[in-house]
Amino acid sequence: MSERRLRVVLVDDHAMVRAGVRTELGDAFDIVGEAADVASANKVVTAQRPDVVLLDVHLPGGDARAVLDHCVPLVPETRFLALSVSDAPDDVVATVRAGARGYVTKAISGSDLRDAVRRVADGDAVFSPRLAGFVLDAFAGGAAEKDDEIDRLTPREIEVMRLIARGYTYREVANELVLSIKTVETHVSAVLRKLQLSDRRELAKWASSRRLV
Amino acid sequence: MIHSVSTQSSVRRARRPLHGQVIAGVAIGLAQHLRLPVWVVRGAFVVLAFATGIGVVLYAAFWAVLPLDVDSDAENTTQVRAADTTRLLALAAIAVAVALLLTASGVRILDGIFAPILVAVFGAALVWRQTDDEQRDEWSALAGKAARHTAGTAASAGSWRIVLGTGLVFVAIVSLIVGHTSVGLAVQALAIALLIVFGVGLVVFPWAYRRWRAQNEERRALIRSEERAEVAAHVHDSVLQTLTLIQRFADDPQEVIRLARTEERALRSWLYAPVGDPTRTFAAALEAVAQEVETSYNATIDVVSVGDAPLDVGLSPLVAAAREAMLNASQHGGGQVSVYSEVDNVRAEVFVRDRGCGFDVSRIPEGRHGVRDSLIGRMERNGGTAVITSSPDSGTNVHLVLPLHKVSSP
Repeated sequence: MSERRLRVVLVDDHAMVRAGVRTELGDAFDIVGEAADVASANKVVTAQRPDVVLLDVHLPGGDARAVLDHCVPLVPETRFLALSVSDAPDDVVATVRAGARGYVTKAISGSDLRDAVRRVADGDAVFSPRLAGFVLDAFAGGAAEKDDEIDRLTPREIEVMRLIARGYTYREVANELVLSIKTVETHVSAVLRKLQLSDRRELAKWASSRRLV
Repeated sequence: MIHSVSTQSSVRRARRPLHGQVIAGVAIGLAQHLRLPVWVVRGAFVVLAFATGIGVVLYAAFWAVLPLDVDSDAENTTQVRAADTTRLLALAAIAVAVALLLTASGVRILDGIFAPILVAVFGAALVWRQTDDEQRDEWSALAGKAARHTAGTAASAGSWRIVLGTGLVFVAIVSLIVGHTSVGLAVQALAIALLIVFGVGLVVFPWAYRRWRAQNEERRALIRSEERAEVAAHVHDSVLQTLTLIQRFADDPQEVIRLARTEERALRSWLYAPVGDPTRTFAAALEAVAQEVETSYNATIDVVSVGDAPLDVGLSPLVAAAREAMLNASQHGGGQVSVYSEVDNVRAEVFVRDRGCGFDVSRIPEGRHGVRDSLIGRMERNGGTAVITSSPDSGTNVHLVLPLHKVSSP
C-alpha cells in the first residue's frame, strides 16, 4: 500500500498476546515498542510517536481510557486501535468514545488484523460486527429528543452498519450497496465520529443498562 | 377461632403456635401439650384472672417462657396480620374487664395502683407481641425470603406498637410515682429513674451497638464468601474441566479448537452477556441455538443481536428456522458463520451467512426437507418469509423475517 512501513506499538499486559501479535504483524510493520501497563504505555507512545497503537482495554493501573486520555492530546497524529477479549458493551463503547479509531477482538485473524491496522493508519475507522451491533442498538429508538444531526444515523449509515454487523467486509458492503469502498469508509468514519461526539441521553442510558452488575 | 390441633407430636415441649391465637397462643400451646380442649384452658385462665388475678400473672409467665412453634409455621401469614387487631381488642377487653371487676368488688382503682399496673401490663403485652412477630419474621426470612415485602410493612406497624407499648409502660410508672408521693419527690424520683435508665443505656449501648455491627459484618462476609464460592464453582466446573480435556485431546486440533471455543463462549456469556433466559428472550435463545449448532458441527458462529423481545410473542418458529439455517451453513458452508438478528416493534429479522461455495437456490431438490420444510415452509406457515441468496464467491445468505404479533403494548 504505502511505501513507508507503518510503525506500531503494542500495549497488552499479557506477554503471550504481545508475542502472538508480534509474529502476526512483524513482517508487515515495524513494531517499535511494547508496554504492559498504563504508565509504560504512556511513556512508549509519547516517545516513539508511532502510526498505530494496538491497545488492550484492561490494563494494570487503569484501562485503555487512561492511555487515550493521556496520549491523544500529546500525539494527535497517532491512531489507536482497541484490541481486546472483552465483549462488554460499556468497555467497547467507552474505549471508542475515549478516542480509539476502532475495536477488534483478539479472535481476529492475522490478515484481518493487518488490514485493520492499515485502515486505522489511513484515518479510517474499524468496526467489528459486534461493535456495529452495539452502535445500532445504542442509536436505535427513533428520533432523538434533540434534532441534532450528530445524534442520529442516516439511513445509509444504518444500512452500512447492518451489513457490517452481518459479517460483511467493507468490500462486500460496497458491492452490496453499489458504492465505492472509499464511500463505505466515509460512512463508517461518520458513524465513529457520531459515536464519539454524541452526548445523546440514549447512549448513556443504553450503556448503563447493559452494564454488569 | 378454633385451632386445628396439629398431629405432629414429636415435639414434647409445649409451644405457642403461630396461628389461631387470641393473645399470644399460650392457651392453645398448653391445650395441645396437655391434650385438653382449648376452651378448657382458656376458661381456666379467665376464671383464675378474675378470681385472684393470678390468671393474668400465669398467662404472662407462660408467654415469656413458652417458645414459638416455628415448625408449624403455615404459609398463611396474612391471616396472622388480620388477627392482630383482634388480639389488641382482646387485650384491651381483658384490661377493662379486670378494672371493672375490681371496681365492683370495692377496690378504688382510680387512685390505687391497679390502673397504672393494668396500663403497664397492656403496654408490656404490646411490646412482647411485637418481639414475637419479629422473631417469626426472621424465621420466615430465613426460610424463604418470600415474606420480604410484607415484613417491610410489618416493621413500620411494629415500630408504632413498640413506641405505644413503651409509652404506656412509662405513663403507668410515672402515674404510680406521682400518685403516691408529693410532686417534688415525684420529680426527684423521676429524675433518678431517668438517670438510672441513662446509666444502664450508657453501659449497654456500646455492647449492643458492637453486637449489631458484628452481626452486620458477619452477614456481609457470608454474602461475599458465597459469591466467591460461586465463582470458584464455576471456574472449577467448566474452566478447569475444559483445560483438562484440552490436555487429553492435545493430538486432535479440531477437538481442542472445539473445546476452547465452547468454553470461551460459555465464559463470555457468563461474564458479559446481559443475563437472559434462553427459554424467555429471543436473543438469548438465538445465542443458545448457535452454541448448540457450533458444538455439534465444528463451525464458528458469531451472533450479533440488536434489540430483543420475549419469546412468547410468537418468536419460537423464527428461532427454529434460524437454527435450521445455522445447521445448513455449518454443514455445507463451513468455516465462519455470521448471525445477525434485529428486533423492533413490528418485526424480527435474522440473517445467517456463511462463506462457503454456495449452491443453486432454484434447484433445491424436492426431497430436501431441511430447506423446504424447516426453513421456507416454517416461516411461511407463521406468516413470515425466508429468502435465500447464494453465489459461489460470496457464500449463502439466509434472510428470515417474522412480523411480531403484538401481545401487549408497552
